[in-house]
Amino acid sequence: MSLLTPDIGLLFWMTLSFGIVFFILAKYGFPVISRAVEKRNQYINDSLQAAREAEARLAKLNAEGDAILEQARSERNALLHEAQEMKQRIISDAKETAEATVRLQKERAAVEIEETKKKALGEIKDQIAGISVAIAGKVLANELKESEQQNRLIDRLLDEELTLNN
Amino acid sequence: MIVKNNRIRLYIFLFFLVFLIPSAHAEEELSVKEIVFEHIGDAYNWHIATVGEKEICIHLPVIVRGKNSGWHIFSSSRLSHGAEYNGFRIAVEGDYKGKIVERNSTGEEVRPSIDISFTKNVLGLWINCIVLLLVILPVARWYKRHTFEPPKGFRGAVEMLITNVQDELIKPCIGEDYRRYSPYLLTVFFFIFVNNVMGLIPFFPGGANITGNITITLFLALCTFLVVNFSGTKEYWKEVFWPDVPAWLKVPAPIMPLLEIFGVITKPFALMIRLFANIMAGHSVIISLVCVIFITVSMGVGINIGMSALSVVFTIFMNFVELLVAYIQAYVFTLLSAVFIGLAKVKHVKN
Repeated sequence: MSLLTPDIGLLFWMTLSFGIVFFILAKYGFPVISRAVEKRNQYINDSLQAAREAEARLAKLNAEGDAILEQARSERNALLHEAQEMKQRIISDAKETAEATVRLQKERAAVEIEETKKKALGEIKDQIAGISVAIAGKVLANELKESEQQNRLIDRLLDEELTLNN
Repeated sequence: MIVKNNRIRLYIFLFFLVFLIPSAHAEEELSVKEIVFEHIGDAYNWHIATVGEKEICIHLPVIVRGKNSGWHIFSSSRLSHGAEYNGFRIAVEGDYKGKIVERNSTGEEVRPSIDISFTKNVLGLWINCIVLLLVILPVARWYKRHTFEPPKGFRGAVEMLITNVQDELIKPCIGEDYRRYSPYLLTVFFFIFVNNVMGLIPFFPGGANITGNITITLFLALCTFLVVNFSGTKEYWKEVFWPDVPAWLKVPAPIMPLLEIFGVITKPFALMIRLFANIMAGHSVIISLVCVIFITVSMGVGINIGMSALSVVFTIFMNFVELLVAYIQAYVFTLLSAVFIGLAKVKHVKN
């Protein structure tokens, strides 16, 4: 049957045509396309990789920024806290100092008063002694005249002296 | 039943209308077998259509070398309708029916010693080759210029086919050395695919039964055979001539080596027959279904109309099937070629 018998003429033409087509396609056709597709795939992969890296870097940067921010915030908080404490301390110190000063002044005043009092009392005593001597002199001068009158005189003089000195 | 739908009513009207057509009698008995064989076979001219009495026909050059008369190149129109030219004519019957014959000294019809006529199949082959080049080369040129751009439309489709064949079929079958074979396998794939699809087009530039011709598939199978055996490793040839079987299967009588050699030949043989039979059968079925319309003319108008409708439906269906077959056969041929190459490149495997 002629359907199943190969034809030499057609085989010749087929060899020629297929050979030419194969040569052209194998040189200028498929390898070009495959290479371009491969290059593009490589490019896409690289781009994806780069994008992923950039994203990771960005995330890292963000995290770093956040960390810095967080640190700054905590530092600020610490500073504020410290300042608060310092303020408190200063106030309390001032208070204490003031209190101490007041107490000291009070004590000094008390001591001074005491001293003054002592001094005054000493002066009074001296004066009293002087007055007493004077009075005693006057009394001694008048003693011989009238005893009762002399007593009254002593009292009066004493009172006068006392009121004068105080 | 009341027919409400206007469209259905129209169809019924048209259906009854056909009974009014005067029945045309077939003037001559149609030989389906002849039509089918004429379609799927080769010819010295390409008959495109017959309009009225006039035949539209491409006369192709006949290139023959007679037994004694040397080379002859002339148009096949000189041989039309059984005419004889320079002692050559187209045999009407016998072993060489449809082929150019000459008479030898004893008066017998014999084939010329060389017949490389530019036949219908050759013209079809060239048209399809040009189509193939026009499909691939502009795409390749575009890729050269726009390497990093995504392709659109037709280029995308071509790329999809190429990458599909390369990634799903050539790479896994051949392995790391696939780059050496992928141009051949891709050419085979696209060559078969384009020829199959062009064969499905029922009029001139297409319609030639190229991949359904045993010569074409023989050539392709031969190419695969050569590629496979030239890329065979030492291990491959060892498996052919000294396979790993009990010694009595090889030593006195080389049973296994013979079987292996037989296998080496049957592999491409199966490739040849598979492609040829599938495409040839597809063409035959479609042309036969179309013939149903003309055969049933003599059976009365009713049957003719019914069968024609059926024929059209089946032909449409078969065309879709053939479109699928066109792809599948190209794919299978490429796949099996790749598998055979992969098997021939076997490396020593320790059991």
